[in-house]
Amino acid sequence: MNNVSIQHINKQYGEVIALKDITIEIKPGELFGLIGPDGAGKTTLFRILTTLILADSGTATVCGLDVVQGMKEIRKRVGYMPGRFSMYQDLTVEENLNFFATVFNTTVEENYDLIKDIYVQIEPFKKRRAGKLSGGMKQKLALCCALIHKPDILFLDEPTTGVDPVSRVEFWDMLDKLKAQGITIMVSTPYMDEASRCDWIALMKDGQCLTINTPDQIRKSFDKKLYAVRSENMYQLLQGLRQYPGTYSCYTFGDSNHLALKKGWEDISKVKDYLKEKGYTDVTIEPIEATIEDCFMNLGKEDQ
Amino acid sequence: MKVIEVEKLTKQFGDFIAVDHISFDVDQGEIFGFLGANGAGKTTAMRMLCGLSIPTSGKARVAGYDVYKQTEQIKKNIGYMSQKFSLYGDLKVWENIRLFGGIYGLTDKEIAAKTDELLHILDMENERNTMVDSLPLGWKQKLSFSVAIIHEPKVVFLDEPTGGVDPVTRRQFWELIYQAAQRGITIFVTTHYMDEAEYCNRVSIMVDGKIEALDKPSVLKADYHAENMNQVFQALARKATREE
Amino acid sequence: MKQFLSFVRKEFYHIFRDVRTMMILLVMPVILIILFGFAITTEVTSVPFTVFDQSRDDVTEKITEQLNASEYFDLYDTAGSYEEIRLLFRKEKIKIAIIYPPQFASAYEPVIQILVDATDPNQATSLTQYATTIISSSPAIRVEATSLSRNPVLLPVTYLLYNPLMKGAYNFVPGVMGLILMLICALMTSVGIVREKETGTMEVLLVSPLKPIYIILAKGAPYLLLSMVNIASILLLSYYVLDVPIEGSVTLLFMLSIIYSIVSLSLGLLISTVADSQQSAMLISGMALMLPVMLLSDMLFPMESMPYILQLLSNIIPAKWYIMAVKDVMIKGLGTVAIMKELIILTVMAIVLIAISLKRFKIRLE
Repeated sequence: MNNVSIQHINKQYGEVIALKDITIEIKPGELFGLIGPDGAGKTTLFRILTTLILADSGTATVCGLDVVQGMKEIRKRVGYMPGRFSMYQDLTVEENLNFFATVFNTTVEENYDLIKDIYVQIEPFKKRRAGKLSGGMKQKLALCCALIHKPDILFLDEPTTGVDPVSRVEFWDMLDKLKAQGITIMVSTPYMDEASRCDWIALMKDGQCLTINTPDQIRKSFDKKLYAVRSENMYQLLQGLRQYPGTYSCYTFGDSNHLALKKGWEDISKVKDYLKEKGYTDVTIEPIEATIEDCFMNLGKEDQ
Repeated sequence: MKVIEVEKLTKQFGDFIAVDHISFDVDQGEIFGFLGANGAGKTTAMRMLCGLSIPTSGKARVAGYDVYKQTEQIKKNIGYMSQKFSLYGDLKVWENIRLFGGIYGLTDKEIAAKTDELLHILDMENERNTMVDSLPLGWKQKLSFSVAIIHEPKVVFLDEPTGGVDPVTRRQFWELIYQAAQRGITIFVTTHYMDEAEYCNRVSIMVDGKIEALDKPSVLKADYHAENMNQVFQALARKATREE
Repeated sequence: MKQFLSFVRKEFYHIFRDVRTMMILLVMPVILIILFGFAITTEVTSVPFTVFDQSRDDVTEKITEQLNASEYFDLYDTAGSYEEIRLLFRKEKIKIAIIYPPQFASAYEPVIQILVDATDPNQATSLTQYATTIISSSPAIRVEATSLSRNPVLLPVTYLLYNPLMKGAYNFVPGVMGLILMLICALMTSVGIVREKETGTMEVLLVSPLKPIYIILAKGAPYLLLSMVNIASILLLSYYVLDVPIEGSVTLLFMLSIIYSIVSLSLGLLISTVADSQQSAMLISGMALMLPVMLLSDMLFPMESMPYILQLLSNIIPAKWYIMAVKDVMIKGLGTVAIMKELIILTVMAIVLIAISLKRFKIRLE
C-alpha cells in the first residue's frame, strides 16, 4: 500500500503555527501537489511525513505505516528530495549517485531502468562536481538520487523553485513517467501554473489547507464572474478598476487584469460604461475561466 | 535618456563564453525584463553591469559610467536586490533601513524621513521594531526592494525578486516596481515567472550567452505566434544547446 | 559494512578536495612544532651577561670564563659599579649580572650575587638555575676549596633528571600532540557533521536506512586515521629535528593517542549536536576545547602555580591526562603499568562521552 494518510496534523514552532489541522488522503499511484507560497507549511508537512520531525498532534501514515512507530520501515521505502539542493557539492555526479545507492543498500545497476531516462541527461557530466551543475541539472541529479532505491513513495519539496520554465516543464514530464511506473508522488511548488500537472492538489497558505481537490474541480468552484480586462496602460487600468464599486478583486495576470465582480454587480456593461466615463478608451473585456492562481487568491481573501 | 548602454559585451572564462557579444539599451524609467534559462549567462551579464565583474571585451555604460573604469561610481548610482542577498535578519526593520541609508550616504534626517515614508507605503508601520527574520518572505522582499532604492538610484537590478512569494504579495511587489519606474528609476529585472515578463516594457531572452529576442512582450508574442510569454520563452530557450 | 566503507570514502573525498582543510590538517602540526621548537622557547642560549668583579683574582676570572664558555651565556661587557649594571639592564643589553665580592678567593665564606631581569619570570628562573649550576660545578671553586684546606664548603649540586639540558621541547612536544589531536578530531568532526546539517544532506541521510551509528563512525574514522599520521610526523620531527628522545614504547604511545583521539572525536560529536552552523561549531571547539588544552594542561603554564580551583578544573580536561602519560612514556620511558591511571581515566572519559553523544545524536531534525 503506497498511500499517504494525514489526519488532523498540527505543528507549532513557539508562537508560529506551521501547520493547522491538516487532513489529506493520497491514493496509491497519485501525483499529488501541495501548492502554496513560501511559509505555507509545505516543508514542515514533508518533514513530518518523512519522519524527520514529530507533529504536535494528529496522526499520519505513509505506506500504511505510522510515521512515529514505523520510522525505520518508512525510511527504507520513501525517496525524499529536500527543498535545498542536498547533494554533496564537492563530489562528482557519479560519486553522489554511487554514494546514495550504497546508503540505500543497493547499486546503480540494480535500479538503472528506473532512473535511465533522467540519468542519460546528466550522464555527459558525470565527472563534473555537483556544485558546478546548473539548476536544472542539479534537480535531475537529486531526483536520480532520491529514486535510486526504487521507493514506493517519492516526496519532492519544491523541486522546481528557482529553475527556469523550460527545465520546469522537463521536470514535470519526468514526474509523469515516474507516475506511470506506479510510484506515488507528493510534490510541492510555489508556482501556481504547475498545479494543472497534478492529479490532486491542496492549496496551502499560512499552515492551512484552503482546499483539496482536482485542479479542474477547484477551477470550476470559483464562485464569481471573472473577466480579463486589457488596455494600453495596464497599471492605470488596474487602479481604475479597483475604484469601481462592483469590484470584488482585481489582479494583474500577465498582459491582462483579472476582474472578479461582487454578487449583484455582475452586469459587465456597467463596467464598460464606468471605464468609458473614466476616460479609458482602448479597453477590451472578455469573460474567462479562473486559473488556479485566481482560486488561490480568492480563497485566501475569503479566509481573511 | 539611455541609462544602460551595452555594446558587444562579452565575458569569457577560459574556453567558455558565458556572455557572447550582447548589445542593448535601456531607457530611463523603463522596466526591462532580462530572461533566460538557468546558465544562459544572465547572472554573469548582470554582475558586469553592476561593476562586480570586469568584461572580457565590449562596451557598457551604466548610469553614464563605464563598467571597466568607473565601477565605484556605478555602485553609488545603482540599487541591487536578489532573492539571496536580502536584509540582515537579526536586525530590526528600522535598523536595516538606517544601516542601508547610512551605507548610501543619506543624512540622519533623510533616513528618519525615509523610514517613515517607506513604512507607510509598505503598510508596515506596526512592524518597525520587528526582526526582519520573523517577517513573511513577501514582506521581506518588498522591504528589501524599498531599501535597495532608498538612495533613489538611476537603475535598480532585481535578481529573481519574487521567487516563492505568494501571489498577492507578488503583485504588490510589482506595484512597487511600477511606482519606482514612474518616478524615473530604471528597473532591470530577472524572473522565472512568465506572467511577470508581461509586466515589463521590454523583454530580452538570452539563450547560450546571446540575446535571441528583445522587444515588447506584445511584439514578441506576435512574432512567435504565441498566446503568452511562456510560449515565447519555451520556443526560444528550447533551442539551447549548452548546459552549464 | 559496504555502506560504512562507502561513507568513509566519501569523507576522504571531502577532505582531499578541500585544499585548505588539507593544508591545515597536514601543515599545522609541522608549523606548531617548528614554532614551539625554535621561536617560542623558554630555553636559554647565548644570553648576554655582565660581571662586576670586585675581586679580580684567579678564581673569579675562571668562573667568568666558564660562564662565557658555556652555550648559555655570552659576556656582554664587564661593569665597574652597580650603577653601570643598572644602566645595562635598563638598556636591555643584559639579562643577568654576576657580582663577586672583594677578596673572593680568600674570603672565608665567599658569596656570589646574581641579579636577573625577571620581567619574564620563567626565563629568570631558568637563568638563575643555569648560572648556579655552572658556578657551583666550576672546578675553580672546588680546587680553591681543597687547596686552601678550609672547612669544606657545602655547595648544593643539582642534577636535572630526565631533561638534563632543560629543553623546552620535552615539555611542548607532548603538549602539541595533545593540541593537534584535539583540533583535528574534535573540530573537524564537529564541523563535518554540522556542514551536512547546513547543506541539507543530513536530511537525506536521516531519511535513509543508514544507521546513525554508521554516520557517526564514518565521520570520525578518517580523522582518527589522519591524526595518527600527524602523531607520526610530530614524533619524527621532534626526534630528528628537535632531538627529543623517545624513551618508551612507540606502540604504547600510539595506543594512548588512539584512546585520546576517540575522546576528542566524541567531544566533536557532542559539539555537533549543539551547534547549528559551521561557524558556531568552530567557535565552540575553539573556546571550549583549544583554550583549556593550552591553558590548563600544563603545556604552557605550570599547573602548580595555578589557583586550587583551576587545578581541580584541569582534572576534567582529557588533554591533561594525555600529556602527562605521553611525557611518562616518551621522556621517562615508563611502561603501561606506570600510566595505568591515565589510561583508565581516558578510557572512562571516552566511554562516557560516546554514550552521551550517541544519546544526543538526533535521528530526527529537532
